[in-house]
Amino acid sequence: MRTRLGDAPKSAVVFMSSTILRLVNLAKRFGSFDALSDISLDIVEGEFLTIVGPSGSGKTTLIRLLVGMTEPSKGEIWLRDQRIDPVPANRRPMCMVFQSLALFPHRTVGQNIEFPLKIRGVDADSRRHRAMELMELLHLPSDYYAKGISQCSGGEQQRIALARALAFGPELLFFDEPLSALDYRLRKILEKELKELHSRTGKTFVYITHSLEEAMVMSDRIAIMRAGRIEQVGIAEDIYAHPVSRFVAEFMGEVNLFDIKRTPDGALQTSNLQIIDGFKGDGIIAATPGEHGTLMVRPEFVRFLSGENTEGVDFFVRGVLRDEFALGSRLQYEVEIESGANVTVEKLREDRFNGEMGSSVMLGWNSAHSHFIRED
Amino acid sequence: MRSVEMRNGLLCALPIVCVLVAGFLMPLVVVAGFSIMPQKSFSLWQVPDFSSYWVLLQHGYYKSLLWSLFLALATVVVLFLLCYPLAFAMAKVFKRFTLVITIGVVMSLFVSENIRLFGWSLTLMKGGLFEGYLRAWSGVELDGMLYNVPVIIFGLVYVYVPFMLFPLAQSLSMIPEDVRQAAADLGASNWRILWEIDLPLAAPGIVVGSLLSFVLATGALAESKLLGGQVIIVMADEVETAFTYGQNWPLGSALTVVLVSIIAGMATFGISRIDLDRIIGRRRVV
Repeated sequence: MRTRLGDAPKSAVVFMSSTILRLVNLAKRFGSFDALSDISLDIVEGEFLTIVGPSGSGKTTLIRLLVGMTEPSKGEIWLRDQRIDPVPANRRPMCMVFQSLALFPHRTVGQNIEFPLKIRGVDADSRRHRAMELMELLHLPSDYYAKGISQCSGGEQQRIALARALAFGPELLFFDEPLSALDYRLRKILEKELKELHSRTGKTFVYITHSLEEAMVMSDRIAIMRAGRIEQVGIAEDIYAHPVSRFVAEFMGEVNLFDIKRTPDGALQTSNLQIIDGFKGDGIIAATPGEHGTLMVRPEFVRFLSGENTEGVDFFVRGVLRDEFALGSRLQYEVEIESGANVTVEKLREDRFNGEMGSSVMLGWNSAHSHFIRED
Repeated sequence: MRSVEMRNGLLCALPIVCVLVAGFLMPLVVVAGFSIMPQKSFSLWQVPDFSSYWVLLQHGYYKSLLWSLFLALATVVVLFLLCYPLAFAMAKVFKRFTLVITIGVVMSLFVSENIRLFGWSLTLMKGGLFEGYLRAWSGVELDGMLYNVPVIIFGLVYVYVPFMLFPLAQSLSMIPEDVRQAAADLGASNWRILWEIDLPLAAPGIVVGSLLSFVLATGALAESKLLGGQVIIVMADEVETAFTYGQNWPLGSALTVVLVSIIAGMATFGISRIDLDRIIGRRRVV
């Protein structure tokens, strides 16, 4: 029976080359408001994809569209070689775990889990067997079978919702911020369990959250949404290091951004940064002459330079040390540069910088740790 | 602290307790007392002989009782079938329009029940609004539509719509949309959602609405009199006759006691069967 839960041992290999769900130019309008515009995305079989974005960015609309609770205004959804956007929700081989969990309050735990099987006419014995199996998989004690939903804690209800979603063996599972209502500790535990469940079942998980941390912990790939569009899709680390826009750069964590421009003669120009003589931005900046853009550097790559020694850095800037924050394992410094802007520096606690507040400092970093963001 | 709250609570409850004792409990006690007095007596200070109950059994009053219960039951069934779709639409489909319906239904209550029934009577009688126009326009001559059992049920349904509609709409609107969508997502068809989700979760409203309209319809008098003529005699009619024309208070009281007991029994049973909190799942541990 175990084999039915995880059809194939895919856990080791996360990326399969086959696309399970393909979204083609999806759009959704509510009246005159474009909730989604021009969404194209390939969801890979067996992956854990997280769609992350601020609230109002269209994540929930997108997921509702995929499971079939809303119809797209435009575009197509393909499940392998079958077009499914005209198929109603109850006939799609996919399932969603709601933010509210949407458990049936008038049914027991067992009846909740068995619901999709009952709908499909599975006999009572097999249903019970399957429910027990799922409860075991999700670490729910078997005596919960006859319990009422209201007697279960938040974490338990979470697991029941998961078991119910898995019961009929959907190929894709969608999650609409199911952990957002839980406290931090429980959320951490469930994040791990979810990740483990993903590798054990080998199903394709599509997860929505506004929490970047949640996305980074669990997913194979992340899609970042903003104002109804997918801004960037990729592996978390890649997006972190090479964001395509200022929005993504800022969304993925603390970042220092500087306007930068290449003059027609090929030299780099910035208003508030100093560039080492002769540095042309090789390697990182492939901008064509005259192009505007943003130079990005993450705070952990910015160094305090001792004295005026600019050896080994390509960019440097003078400023005044304004603030120090302790962030647990890391320390964060705010340095006010000449333009009045702040540059953030991060260090590990053990590498504490012993500068006095108000003192002049010089910051520098290497071009290898910088990234050029082209203006849209 | 606690005793102060207790005292204040009791003080606040005092007026309504007085009203209930004087206006609700006392008449019931008096009626119950009269029901065991000898026939045609007008005093409570006599030797009880329970003769009214014997008369009641012998003179076929059970027919009226059965008619009353049947009419009430039929009314409840028709009301439910009629109101459920509308209540569902009010709770889940219409947005602003729900208010229009609510106001419309409530407005009908502003006019007294008897006057509205007279209106129907004038509409449906031979030579009335309906038949009269039909005859004038098409020449077809019809009998009036009054004086039969269906028209009595129609009258009851018409009068008690608000008592079924509003509890239904209220409980349907409390069903979370997520739960219905989850059921669809898990494979349930619309009929399945109706059966597995909507009806069980709307059960409190269904029970409350059915009980209200059943209780009211069992005690209804005007519909069978005004629309039904004398085609059947309902229990409430018998009670009235016994108290007025018959001048037999003990018999009227006995009939009342029987009717009240049956209604109270059903209401208690119905209410005890539903635990509102459990059905709605309000005691949710988060």
